Amino acid sequence: MSEKVLMKGNEALAEAAIRAGCHHFFGYPITPQTELAAHMSKRMPKIGGTYLQAESEIAAINMVLGASAAGIRAMTSSSSPGISLKGEGISYMAGSDLPALIINVQRGGPGLGGIQPSQADYWQATKATGHGDFQLLVYAPSTVQEMVDLVSDAFDTADKYRMPAMILADGMLGQMMEPVVLPEEGAKKPVEKPWAASGHDGKRTHNIINSLYLTPDKLEELVKERFERYETVKKNEQRVEEYLVDDAELVIVAYGASSRVSRGAVNKAREKGLKVGLIRPISLWPFPVDALRKAAGHVKQMLVVEMSMGQMVDDVKLSIDCRVPVHFYGRTGGMIPAPAEILGEVEKLLK
Amino acid sequence: MAIVFQKPSSLTDAPLHYCPGCTHGIVHRLVAQALDELGVEGKTVGVASVGCSVMCYDYFSCDMVQAPHGRAQAVATGLKRARPDNVIFTYQGDGDLAAIGTAETVHAATRGESITVIFINNAIYGMTGGQMAPTSLPGQVTQTTPYGRDTNTAGYPVRVCEMLSTLDGVAFAQRVAVNNVKNVNAARKAIKKAFQNQIDGKGYSIVEVLSTCPTNWGLSPIEAVKWLEDNMVPYYPLGVYKDIEEGVKVK
Repeated sequence: MSEKVLMKGNEALAEAAIRAGCHHFFGYPITPQTELAAHMSKRMPKIGGTYLQAESEIAAINMVLGASAAGIRAMTSSSSPGISLKGEGISYMAGSDLPALIINVQRGGPGLGGIQPSQADYWQATKATGHGDFQLLVYAPSTVQEMVDLVSDAFDTADKYRMPAMILADGMLGQMMEPVVLPEEGAKKPVEKPWAASGHDGKRTHNIINSLYLTPDKLEELVKERFERYETVKKNEQRVEEYLVDDAELVIVAYGASSRVSRGAVNKAREKGLKVGLIRPISLWPFPVDALRKAAGHVKQMLVVEMSMGQMVDDVKLSIDCRVPVHFYGRTGGMIPAPAEILGEVEKLLK
Repeated sequence: MAIVFQKPSSLTDAPLHYCPGCTHGIVHRLVAQALDELGVEGKTVGVASVGCSVMCYDYFSCDMVQAPHGRAQAVATGLKRARPDNVIFTYQGDGDLAAIGTAETVHAATRGESITVIFINNAIYGMTGGQMAPTSLPGQVTQTTPYGRDTNTAGYPVRVCEMLSTLDGVAFAQRVAVNNVKNVNAARKAIKKAFQNQIDGKGYSIVEVLSTCPTNWGLSPIEAVKWLEDNMVPYYPLGVYKDIEEGVKVK
């Protein structure tokens, strides 16, 4: 039976994964995702699963690669500097058509940066997680409940399209507590994976999980086939929340933690009679271009708010072919914008 | 006429791409023979590593996974933890196992992962064209040590079996060579034992195989065998470095 509990975002991500049928977690300690791994280490031994603290982020993602190749649900979690290390393994998984879930509880960067919340890994998640032509499914929750819901959806969608998925959270969402309804444990049935390397038992020819193709026309053909799949993903899997957009003259575009603050700014703006709305991308890849194009048909301008120096703003401009002016407001380094700051920007733009 | 010798069924019919005189072919055969004799091909998953042997996923007829460079034992860990009843082996060269994958090797060993590691030590990077390996000998001329490996600047070779045998998680570590019939027979027994250990749940087993690379050593296949005997065997003594069954802890 589903139950309502008060949980930290990081713990909720972990518990949701277990309930989505993921019984194998491979990680390496890093702030601010610590509670996620700790929760896994507490739960996995009790359900006969695997919690393994690897020697590095690199080893952890490659353990996920191996477990996924064996045909089961596996995941790892980290924060920004650790995700950089996982980039290699993620590229190999994309090149081998392996599904898995990677969680990034973002912190400030570059380098060791800081440990406060940030959204400065948008480019990394959506455009350059590793080398080569590939995409990840990228989901951006904005509440603890949405963290729970997206974990399950991310696993399902990753399995459906045979590609890795990432949940791009941040230190604020990871650390905050909210009430959540968890799905029932044990309800998720394992997905059949006839492509898996799990032993052929003399019943079929051998399965090979591989990303090496030394013949360029073969590699091109495979990459093109993968990109055709990505087109289907772009068509079917865009996810977005629209808030007071219909009559808006200005829409704020923000995801994750900054969308929570932006929503507060929208409410304050409405109290002042300003026609302001919010478009909140939930899937960052595929980017919700359809919703943005629709909005660009009637709003006069857009304001992108991010906890970075401006990364998603590029995709907003590309989505709408710069049909309306797109402005940017951001804080970075672990700073979280206050609703009043965003409202100030809105008022400046609407003057 | 009676058949007295044939290809193991754990090898496919794909022609091997290795250079003349390279000993990968012998070791592939020994691995396949062990899988045949133990009757485990159907539940075995092999991990191919980056290097000359990466395409062994086409040669072994069990399920195969190709790992990123150095990460074979992390991938093997994931495979084994996901399906403990499967037999998991890695097939790795010296660059993969003892340079870029040192951390993965040491930690899979110290965790006592129940996997079988086949380690090909030919003292050189073969696939990229003969650069210095972590196991290249002092004074050895390679593409990137054109004046010979200078231990003042390039340091010393890594003796993998000696190093790993100090770890509690290791059940079995043996160094063999495939330079003559007697040694090939010893290698065959060691490799089979390394798989049997896994089936019996004994823990981490590694077999280091001293191998030749005539192409990148700049020698004929026969000269390469002699070079191995004269140079590699003295630096890398053959033998059992650890065997928890026989009570050999550290040689």
